[in-house]
Amino acid sequence: MAKKVPVQVTLNGEERAEFVESGATLLNALRGRFGDTSPKGGCHQGTCGACSVIIDGELKLSCLTLAEACDGAEIVTTAGLATNSAMHPLQRAFAEGFAAQCGFCTPGMIMAAKALLDQKPDPTREDVIEALSGNICRCTGYEPIIQAVLAAAAASPHKAA
Amino acid sequence: MAIRRGRGVAAVNYPTGMNLGGDPSQALVHSTPTGNFMVTLSSVDLGQGLKQIMAQICAETIGVPAELVTIDTGDTDTGPHCMGTFASRGTHRIGNAVIQAATEARQVMLEVAAEELEVNASDLETDGTGNIHVKGAPQKAISIFDTALAAHFKRGRSISGRGMFLVPRSYPEVETGAMKPATCYAHACTVVEVDVDDETGEVTVVSVKNVFEIGRALNPRMVEQQLVGGSWMGLSHALYETTEPYYPNREHGGTDFNQYLMPGPGDLAETEIIVLERPAADGPYGAKGPGEMCANPQIPAVANAIFDAVGVRIDHLPITPERILRALRAQAAPAGA
Repeated sequence: MAKKVPVQVTLNGEERAEFVESGATLLNALRGRFGDTSPKGGCHQGTCGACSVIIDGELKLSCLTLAEACDGAEIVTTAGLATNSAMHPLQRAFAEGFAAQCGFCTPGMIMAAKALLDQKPDPTREDVIEALSGNICRCTGYEPIIQAVLAAAAASPHKAA
Repeated sequence: MAIRRGRGVAAVNYPTGMNLGGDPSQALVHSTPTGNFMVTLSSVDLGQGLKQIMAQICAETIGVPAELVTIDTGDTDTGPHCMGTFASRGTHRIGNAVIQAATEARQVMLEVAAEELEVNASDLETDGTGNIHVKGAPQKAISIFDTALAAHFKRGRSISGRGMFLVPRSYPEVETGAMKPATCYAHACTVVEVDVDDETGEVTVVSVKNVFEIGRALNPRMVEQQLVGGSWMGLSHALYETTEPYYPNREHGGTDFNQYLMPGPGDLAETEIIVLERPAADGPYGAKGPGEMCANPQIPAVANAIFDAVGVRIDHLPITPERILRALRAQAAPAGA
């Protein structure tokens, strides 16, 4: 049995500590230990983007990140975006723009979009395409997702989302 | 060596559902004590929006707001029978079963309301916002909330209904082989413009313009969403996707998402969608199945556009740069060489 190691993180603004198996990915730790199933495991090898989370302000693939390497880190996932019952502008734009069908890629898409808008609140279409290029979607044909990110940016002008 | 522009067109008609040994789906509807309606199904929402559509169909049939309807697709062990969500059959088959179940539930609801109002049930109508009243006399009314309470606690009635929609098995005629594999068909026509680089064989889809005839769009935004995604997927099938690029040789098959090519957000063609509605006589509120049909016409349209651009017919999918270059080379070779 793999050795358990303590990992302390700030997850969506909350101080959390859990013992995780040494060598466990952050994706498995988040879903299995921290009880946050918003990051999805699509490929578990860094090619689909469904597991994307923001670690210390940077977009990361949680399936390629060691959980124990995140000790002390600040992690934001899609589950932490809503304020009370109010959806984040990106979530609202995705819902209103019909930018999800099966929804499996949606959390990763939203985190990739948030990482973009945090850096660049007024992106061009090309910026959005670049930001989403590591995330695979099977259902939508991408156009509704691109439009939703642009709509969210337009709805909250020049402030970090 | 040049970039050559070509245009191709293709049209398809596509059956709604399938017909192997008969094609049934079942639905059960019942009201809660407070006049919400539960629809129990074994059909699965894969993201195409089946739950929303079934809630709309049930609400329209009973005469209540869609927000009062809950779709329960939780458990195929205990739910009523459904053949499944495939063959573009969901809206049509399951929708018809829901209409039947909801019609029966509505009749019980009107009977209970009639007893409460001391009128004849056939004189009652719903207002669509949660009330039942006498036709032509809206002041003589009872809410569906109160009707359900009365059914449960005074009248001992279950406001419920059963639905089973079956497309019976179709046998071919012995003489001609003719048969009726489907009861209605969706249609599409697509025009694709491509640029083909005759030096590299690379194809860029410039635009894809689709007209889809889908019966009735029960939820127009969800239909549009399905069609836009389908149009993209059709181009993906035409030019990118395969698990076996040198079939039947298994070598070089993709082993992960990195090696399974699909167009990404940077490879999108200018896309246009036009919806035509010709309601199907046996469709739920006229609907047909648009799901799979919408990803088909792009494939022959791309092949035709490539022929228009560089004069080679490619009949294997996906149409890769390699296949185009080999065809161009064969075309350029002197006859008999």
